[in-house]
Amino acid sequence: MKSSVIIFPGSNCDRDMDVALKKFGFENQMVWHNDAKIPKSDLIVLPGGFSYGDYLRCGSIAGKSKIIKSVIDFANSGGLVLGICNGFQILTETGLLPGILQQNKYLNFICKNVFVKIKNKENKYFKKIKKEVLELHIAHNEGNYFCSTDELKSIEDNGQIAVTYCDHKGNDDEKNNPNGALKNIAGIFNENKNILGMMPHPERMIDPFLSGEDGSLFFENLIESL
Amino acid sequence: MVEVNEKIAIEHGLKSDEYKKICDLLKRTPNITELGVFSAMWNEHCSYKSSRRHLKKLHTKGDKVIQGPGENAGVVDIDDDDAIVFKIESHNHPSFIEPYQGAATGVGGIMRDVFTMGARPIANLNSIHFGSPDHEKTRNLLRGVVKGIGGYGNCIGVPTIAGQTCFDESYNGNILVNAMTLGLVNKNKIFYSKAAGINKPVIYVGSKTGRDGIHGASMASAIFDDKIEEKKPTVQVGDPFTEKLLLEACLELMAGKSIISIQDMGAAGLTSSSIEMASKGDLGIEIDLTKVPCREENMTPYEIMLSESQERMLIVLEEGKENEAKKIFDKWNLDFAVIGKTTNSKNIELFFKNEKVAEIPINFLAENAPMYDRKWVKAKLPKENNFSKDKFKPLKLSDCLKRILIDPNIADKEWIWDQYDHTVMGDTIQKPGGNAGVVRVHGTNKAVAASVDSSATYCHAHPLTGGKQVVCESWRNMISVGAKPIAITNCLNFGNPEKEKNMGEFVECVEGITEASKYLNYPVVSGNVSFYNETKDMGIKPTPSIGGIGLLSDYKKMMTMELKNEGNYILVIGKTEGHLDQSIFARSILSEFNGPPPEVNLFNEKQNGNSILNLKNKNLIETCHDVSLGGILTAISKMSIKSGKGVKLFPLEGLVNKFEYFFGEDQGRYIIEIKPENLENVENMLKKDSIHFDKLGLVEGDKITLENDIKLSIDDIKEGYKKWLKEYMVN
Repeated sequence: MKSSVIIFPGSNCDRDMDVALKKFGFENQMVWHNDAKIPKSDLIVLPGGFSYGDYLRCGSIAGKSKIIKSVIDFANSGGLVLGICNGFQILTETGLLPGILQQNKYLNFICKNVFVKIKNKENKYFKKIKKEVLELHIAHNEGNYFCSTDELKSIEDNGQIAVTYCDHKGNDDEKNNPNGALKNIAGIFNENKNILGMMPHPERMIDPFLSGEDGSLFFENLIESL
Repeated sequence: MVEVNEKIAIEHGLKSDEYKKICDLLKRTPNITELGVFSAMWNEHCSYKSSRRHLKKLHTKGDKVIQGPGENAGVVDIDDDDAIVFKIESHNHPSFIEPYQGAATGVGGIMRDVFTMGARPIANLNSIHFGSPDHEKTRNLLRGVVKGIGGYGNCIGVPTIAGQTCFDESYNGNILVNAMTLGLVNKNKIFYSKAAGINKPVIYVGSKTGRDGIHGASMASAIFDDKIEEKKPTVQVGDPFTEKLLLEACLELMAGKSIISIQDMGAAGLTSSSIEMASKGDLGIEIDLTKVPCREENMTPYEIMLSESQERMLIVLEEGKENEAKKIFDKWNLDFAVIGKTTNSKNIELFFKNEKVAEIPINFLAENAPMYDRKWVKAKLPKENNFSKDKFKPLKLSDCLKRILIDPNIADKEWIWDQYDHTVMGDTIQKPGGNAGVVRVHGTNKAVAASVDSSATYCHAHPLTGGKQVVCESWRNMISVGAKPIAITNCLNFGNPEKEKNMGEFVECVEGITEASKYLNYPVVSGNVSFYNETKDMGIKPTPSIGGIGLLSDYKKMMTMELKNEGNYILVIGKTEGHLDQSIFARSILSEFNGPPPEVNLFNEKQNGNSILNLKNKNLIETCHDVSLGGILTAISKMSIKSGKGVKLFPLEGLVNKFEYFFGEDQGRYIIEIKPENLENVENMLKKDSIHFDKLGLVEGDKITLENDIKLSIDDIKEGYKKWLKEYMVN
């Protein structure tokens, strides 16, 4: 399986993602934002970081960058596109995913372990994961998901909510909401479920010496499902 | 052009005899640009004129030292082809005036010092000191500093893995922000600042030069008065995004062979970077200031030379490599300009619009900079403490513990480090809040531990002992994660060196640091000095911050402080005499501020530490934590809170009073957890090495208990400990 990680100026989780993808068997390649074309891939990843310094708005300049047209074409043709953290922000900026990511409710950057509940397993990203609740890690200042009432109804109706913040038992109520996100949303799909954007970083949770190992489940499933 | 005279020189922070010396050296009056250059090079911050003589005494050598003090950062060998580049630096004055930008650019500056040497930064740390929590400015300063540190480090993508936060009223008018960075480099590919060869192109890369930060280094060399707000424009503005690009571009260029020398533009900007490179190479340098990329219009040579705009580097390249290098900086959208060349004149020559605007022999600025033997007095012996044990009578151990756990200097600092990305780069295996931060050496079995310590209370009571103690505490932090201590970096924060008492504190602290680091073979390889931390005659307590690093050859054998298993034994390694003077117990429960700090016994320190490593290498230790502020009961409570596991303490034997035993701050001690089946073996090994130990208790249940004295559920003590800072920041 071939994957491509796009590097924007200011990306800083590109190496971590490269390490994780390779660990679980992907043949990964790094693609520079100014390259005109993306090599043949089964998965494209937009990594975390501060693309273009997050100036103007998080992800907005990357959302207009040269490479992004190829990403959009790839996504529209059904290819798998995964955006983590800043990658999620970029995907909302391109319009590939609905809604926006605002500044965290308490106005602070948050770096900590959180639990997320898998809301939809009928897709390649979560299909074979046996657990219902994963322990992942967040590190962001703008992860407060928001969308219009109409958009919310449509993503709920289409099963587009991928993961929600919760406690270790899976209670995804306001008490377990770290950043103020609407409906505790931590990650969403597009209608076809080939695009996933989420704030938590599975690539930081891939061995027992790190913050945890549930990220491994995510990547193991991904390579198996493809 | 402004006519230079003594008055103007004094406005530049120079003393009248220093101005006279400049005129004598030049055999003429300097012009304004030249005066600016002299003032930048001769201020305390750049010239170390008050401290140089004493810093020479530091212990700086060792078999692991590749580069000691004098370069952008120190470098130590961590086996194979790997080396760690590291340094700590202060950004105190700017952070008080503008906390966000001051702290942010402090982090940016220290990271540049590290990647200038060819290393990729792998961890950040910080030591921050604030005034009393009741002081009106403290809350906002803390908020701003934390946001600034996070804002810069998070954006660059380097984890902030450990730190230290202290509150004391002596910092009411002068907070301390000390930032430390560790970088990883191949030991055959280290870059230095020494220029070599003549007619080599001098290259400017990075951000454009603006008017920000002009005279920043001079500001850092002066005390504060009522007009402090007016100094805001001298605080630099940081752009972490540009620094990230600069980091990647420099590392890309360094992979090739075109760089002769490289130096970041830190304090005193283009002035100190160009002069340092030329001075180390015993060369001259010629710069055409017209070619310097400027952000603002009509900047004068004076402004260009003294700007402290951030994210800039100066590089001396091999001839003919300009195009190759330019391509890399173009790719990263950074400015690149050939602004001059090295010469054999041994002068710095500045040109602007085809005119020579300055010419000064380099040695006037570097070697001939003033060096003072400031007068100092030995610290007086601490006043004796004569609290009687009657004072303990109405006290209960459990109440005291609860109060100590919500002391601002003990309470949990999660509110701070949750705002720092501490897991990016995927190698953080011990997060903030432990004995030390630990990161793996990417792709290997090795890991590097790091921590920052200071003990201003001890240093204030007795500077010599305090200096020794901080080094020992740093050493203990390394041992307690299972790392072999390698070396330290020091940030020496003091008051006004022109006052004999302050200068004496400095001299004696340095002596203490030297003695301990020599004995423990824990050399100082880098650092900086920050004097003039004084506002309206009120100086800070002497605060040397020590950043230590250690090596784990197998990261899987790292130790942590969480209690592991029910029924395991808990031992205290090292003798508890019950030293309460200057302890948190004496100060916050008994309101007693006199007395000497705990004595430091270097022999025991070394023995105890080595025996812990020895036991750890034989896989006999389950958990380890060093005992510091707040004594044994505070340490064991933190271990319980972290793991959710309780402790049954054994009744005390011996003559030490229970308050002295549990809250005394004797040095050289560790708490370890041992499996029952290993107990005998461990006891025998300790006895054989003549190491004193006490059996403290057992891991048991979910409470901390001691006969009829203590019965506290972990949830009970956890709440206050975890909540204090969060509630303080909300109010």
